[in-house]
Amino acid sequence: MRPSTRLALLFGWLGYALMPWYLPEGWDLAGYPFGRAGTALALATSGAAPWLWPIGIALLATTLLAVRAETSFSGRALVTAGLCGLVAFFAQGFAVTLPDQGIPWLAALLGGAGAAQPGMGFGALLTLFALLLLLCHGLAYRGFCRGDLFTTSTIGVVVLLIGHFIFLPVATILRSALVDADGNWALGEFAGRLFSSTIWGLGCVGGSIACGVAWNTLILGVLTGLITTLLGLACALLVLRTAMPGKRLMRAMTVLPIITPPFVIGLALILLFGRSGVVTGLMSEWFGIPRSRWIYGLPGVLLAQVLAFAPIAFLVLMGVVQGIAPSLEEAAQTLGARHWPTFRSVTWPLLRPGLANAFLLGFVESLADFGNPLVLGGNFEVLSTKIFFAVVGAAHNQGMAAVLAIVLLVFTLGAFWLQQSWLGGKSYTTVSGKGDAGIPAKLPTSVTVLSAAVIIPWVVLTAVIYAVILIGGFVKTMGRDHTPTLEHYRTGFAVDFSHGLFFEGAAWPSLFTTLKVAAISAPLTALIGLLTAYLLTRQRFVGRQLLEFTTMLSFAIPGTVLGVAYILAFNVPPVEITGTGLILVLAFVFRNMPVGIRSGIAGLAQIDKSLDEASTTLRARSFTTLRRVVLPLLKPALVAALIYSFVRSITSVSAVIFLVSAEYNLSTAYIVGRVEAGEFGLAIAYSSVLIVVMAAGIALIQFGVGERKLGRRPVALATSAAEPAR
Amino acid sequence: MFLRSMTFSVLLGAGILSAGAASAPASAQGSLVMYCGVQEEWCRAMSTTFEKETGIKVAMTRKSAGEVYAQLRAEASNPRGDIWWGGTGDPHLQAAEEGLTLEYESPANKDLHDWALNQWKAAKQRSIGIYAGALGFGYNTEQIKAKGIPEPKCWADLLNPKLRDDVQVADPNSSGTAYTLLATVVQLMGEDKGFDYLKALHKNVSQYTKSGAAPAKAASLGETAVGIVFIHDAVVFAVQGDPIKPVAPCEGTGYEIGSMSIVKGARNLENAKKFYDWALSPAAQALAAPAKSYQVPSNKNATVPPQAPKMSEMKLINYDFVKYGSSAERTRLLTKWDKEVKALPK
Repeated sequence: MRPSTRLALLFGWLGYALMPWYLPEGWDLAGYPFGRAGTALALATSGAAPWLWPIGIALLATTLLAVRAETSFSGRALVTAGLCGLVAFFAQGFAVTLPDQGIPWLAALLGGAGAAQPGMGFGALLTLFALLLLLCHGLAYRGFCRGDLFTTSTIGVVVLLIGHFIFLPVATILRSALVDADGNWALGEFAGRLFSSTIWGLGCVGGSIACGVAWNTLILGVLTGLITTLLGLACALLVLRTAMPGKRLMRAMTVLPIITPPFVIGLALILLFGRSGVVTGLMSEWFGIPRSRWIYGLPGVLLAQVLAFAPIAFLVLMGVVQGIAPSLEEAAQTLGARHWPTFRSVTWPLLRPGLANAFLLGFVESLADFGNPLVLGGNFEVLSTKIFFAVVGAAHNQGMAAVLAIVLLVFTLGAFWLQQSWLGGKSYTTVSGKGDAGIPAKLPTSVTVLSAAVIIPWVVLTAVIYAVILIGGFVKTMGRDHTPTLEHYRTGFAVDFSHGLFFEGAAWPSLFTTLKVAAISAPLTALIGLLTAYLLTRQRFVGRQLLEFTTMLSFAIPGTVLGVAYILAFNVPPVEITGTGLILVLAFVFRNMPVGIRSGIAGLAQIDKSLDEASTTLRARSFTTLRRVVLPLLKPALVAALIYSFVRSITSVSAVIFLVSAEYNLSTAYIVGRVEAGEFGLAIAYSSVLIVVMAAGIALIQFGVGERKLGRRPVALATSAAEPAR
Repeated sequence: MFLRSMTFSVLLGAGILSAGAASAPASAQGSLVMYCGVQEEWCRAMSTTFEKETGIKVAMTRKSAGEVYAQLRAEASNPRGDIWWGGTGDPHLQAAEEGLTLEYESPANKDLHDWALNQWKAAKQRSIGIYAGALGFGYNTEQIKAKGIPEPKCWADLLNPKLRDDVQVADPNSSGTAYTLLATVVQLMGEDKGFDYLKALHKNVSQYTKSGAAPAKAASLGETAVGIVFIHDAVVFAVQGDPIKPVAPCEGTGYEIGSMSIVKGARNLENAKKFYDWALSPAAQALAAPAKSYQVPSNKNATVPPQAPKMSEMKLINYDFVKYGSSAERTRLLTKWDKEVKALPK
C-alpha cells in the first residue's frame, strides 16, 4: 500500500474513532466520547448506534491490508472495502434519520429500528472522505486512469460532491412534479400541467392575448444570447486587436454591469425610460414623442439583460481571442490572404468554441434571470418569475413550479446539446508547445467600424445608467427631489466611534455576512470548476458525459427552485444544514460552478494536449502537470471563474431568498426589502457600496492571479497602429 | 508526490469543513426564531424591543407571507422557526388548515377586536389577528389633474375610459392583495356582477404586477395613474411627500387581517408563547407607527397611529375569511379569473 493510501486510512480512523460523529449543537462537547458529541466508535461499541458498526468493519478490513505490498489483489480488496464502507455509510445515513422517517426496513436491518440520529458532523464527513479515497486508490491500483492516484481521487471527490449537492436536490424537487399533495404518483395531473396552454399557448401569433410563457422565455433567451455574444465579441476584438483610444476605460465600463446588484439596473432604466423617466421627459419635450410604457415588457427586459450579461460574453471571448495563435493568422497572410479573408477563414472559425460558449451562457443566464423580469416584465411573463410565484404566490402550487422547472431545464439542456453538435469533433487547439511568437492580425476595417458602432452607444448607455445609480444615493428622491443628502448612507453605513468601533448602520450585518460567504465560496467554486473542466476534457473515464450533464443541471435550474430544493434536501439528516452559513456557501459553489467549468473547458480546448504529454513524458505526475503547465495557461479562465463566482455570490437573489436566515442574511435580500418598502435611496446607496466592494474584490483577484504569459511580441499593436490606414 | 496530491484533495474537503465550522447553528437556549412578514423596519423594531425586554435572543428573518408559508411547508418535517409574525392572513389560514401551526389561547385575547378573534376562530385557534388594513387604491394627483378627470372616489370611478391603460393591480395568482380585491368584489357585488366589474376594469389595467404593493410604488412615481393596493401601502408614500392620495372606495371595501401563528414543532415553544402574548399587548402594537407602518392594531387599548386610514370612517364589508380563505374556493375563483378575465383581449 502506498503512503498516501495509508494517510487516507489514518484520516478514516481519525473521523471514526476520535472526532464527534454528529453535527454539534453549538460547540457543546458534553459527554464526549458518548452522547450527542460522541465518536462513532464509542457509540457503536456502547450499543447506542449499532448501525455504525459496518463502517468500522470496512475500515478495519482496510487496515489489515495496509501492511501488505501493492498487488492486484490488494487493489481489488481495497475497492471492495471502500465500496462496502461507502454503501454502509449511505445506507445508515438515509435509513436512520428523524423519528418516523428515513427507510424503516433498512433501519431495522441495520439494527436501528425506530431509532433516530441527528445530522452528520465532522467525524462523519472525514470518514466518508477517507472511504471514498480508499475506493479511488484501489481503482488506481487496478490500473484505472493509468494508475494515477490524483486523477481517480479527484474524479471520486467531484462525483460525490456533484451527486450530493446537485443531483440529489434536483431529483428531490423534480419528484414533486410527479406526485400529488399526498405523495401518490399522479402522472395524469403531470401531463395536464405540462401541456397546458399557459405554457405553450400561441395566442400572440394571431390574436392579442399573450403567448405561453415557454415561448416568451425562449424568444427572450435567444435574443439575449445573440446580442450579448455579438456585443462581447465586438468588445473583445476592439480591446485586443485594435489601437482604439480609451480601451482601458471601456474595459472597466463593460465590466460594471456584472458587479451591479439585481433590481438596480431595472430601477435605473425605469428612472430613465419609464413613463415619468428623465429621458422620456426630454424626448416628449423636445421631439413630441408621447410618453409610453414601452420599457415594461420584452424590450425593457431584453435591454436590462443585455446590459447585465454582455460582460460575461466579453470575459469569455477575451480569453478566447487572446488564445488564438497569431502564427496561424500570419500563415494565412504569408499565403497571400488579405485581412478580411484571414478573419473569415482563420480567426472566425477559431472563435467558434468561444462564441458557442458565450451564447450558451447568455441564453442560460437569461433563462435563469429573475430580477429583471420581475422589475420590468410588465405583462410579459417568463418561466423564472412564474416559477417563483408558483412557489410563493397566492396559488402555492409546488407541483406546477416543478413542471415549469422541467420545461426550463429542457430548454437549457437543449441549448447545451445544440452547442455540442455545432462544435462537433473539430479541433480548436491553438496554444501548443511550438514556437508561437506571431503578431496578431489586424482586424479588417469593416469589422472594426462595425464593432465600434455597436459598442459606443452601449458604453454611453452604461455610463448614463451608472450616473443615475451614483447620483441616486446622494439625493433625497431620485427623479423627484434632487436635494443633495448623505442621509441614505448614514442610515445604512453609520459607524459610531464614541465607545470604540461600533458598526451602527442597518446594512452592516448583511454586508459582513455577504463578504464572508463570497470570500469562502469563490475560491472553492473556481477550484472545483476548473478541476472538473480538467477531468472532463483531459481524462477519459466511465460516466464522463453524465458528469458533464449533471454539472449543467444546477446552472439550468432556476435559483428559486434550487433554493427550495436545497431546503427540501438538506433540512433533515443526514445532511442538516439549513439555517447555517454553510448552505449559502454550498448553494453558491454549486450554482456558479458551471461557469468555472465552461470557461475552463473553453480555455483547455485551446491548449494542445501535447503540452500535457510532454510534461508526463518528463515523468511529472498529473497533479504536477496540472499545477505547473495547465494552470498557468488557464489563468484567464481562473480569473473569470473567481470573479464570476465572487460577484454572483454577492448579487444573486433568487437562489438565496429561501436560504437566508436571521443570522445569515445577505445584502441582496436586504436590498430587495428596501425596494419593496419604497426606499429606493437606501437601496441605491447600498448597491453603490456593493459595486465599490466588488470592484475592489475584482482588482484584488486580478492582481493576485496575474496574467497568463504567452510568448508573443508585445510590440504588435504599436506596429500595426503606426501603419497608414488603407 | 503522493502526499502532495493527497494534501490537495484533503484541502478541498477541509475548505468545505472550515466553511461549516464558521456556521454551526446557534445554541437553542434562551432564543427565538422569528419569521417576520411585514416590512423590515417594523420587524426589526419588534425583534429588538422584545429582546431588550425579555433577554431572549431573537433571530429574525423578513420574508413575504407567501415565502414564509413556502418555507414552513418545506421545513415541515424538521421545523426551524418558532413564531411567524405578520403578513396577510390567508397564508396563515392555509398553514393552519395544513396543520403547520399550533393552537394557542393567549390571556390577551380578551382585549382584542372582534375581527382579530374571528381570524383566531377561523384558524381553529392556530392564528390570530395582529393588525388590519383595508383595501383601496392610491392615485397620482399630478396625473389625474393632467387628465382633467374628477378625483376617483369609488370602485366605479376606476372604469372611466380616460383611465385606459392607467390602472395597476397585482395578479391574484401571485399576490394576496389582489386576491383580496377579487374576493372583495365578489362579496360586494355578487359573483356575476363582480366578474363583470373585473372584466370592465381589465380594459383599464396596464399591467398585473407580481407583488401586491408594487402598484402603490408605481403610482407614487407616476408610472401609473391609479394603483389598487392596501390603503396603508399608499399611505407610506404619501407620508414621504410623494404626490399620491390614498382612497377608501365609497361602495365599501374588504380588508386583510395581518396574523401571527406559532410554528408546530417549535424548538423554543415557551419563548414563542411569551412573544405571542407580548405581541398582542398595546405597547408592542404601538411600535408600528414609528416604523412607518400605518395598519390598525388589533388590541382595543393600543393607540391608532394618526396617519392610519380610519377604519371606523370606512364602509367595510363583512368579509368571510373562512369561505374565501379556503383552498377550494380560492382555486375556483383564481381559475375563473384566469379564464374569464385575464385571457380577455384588451
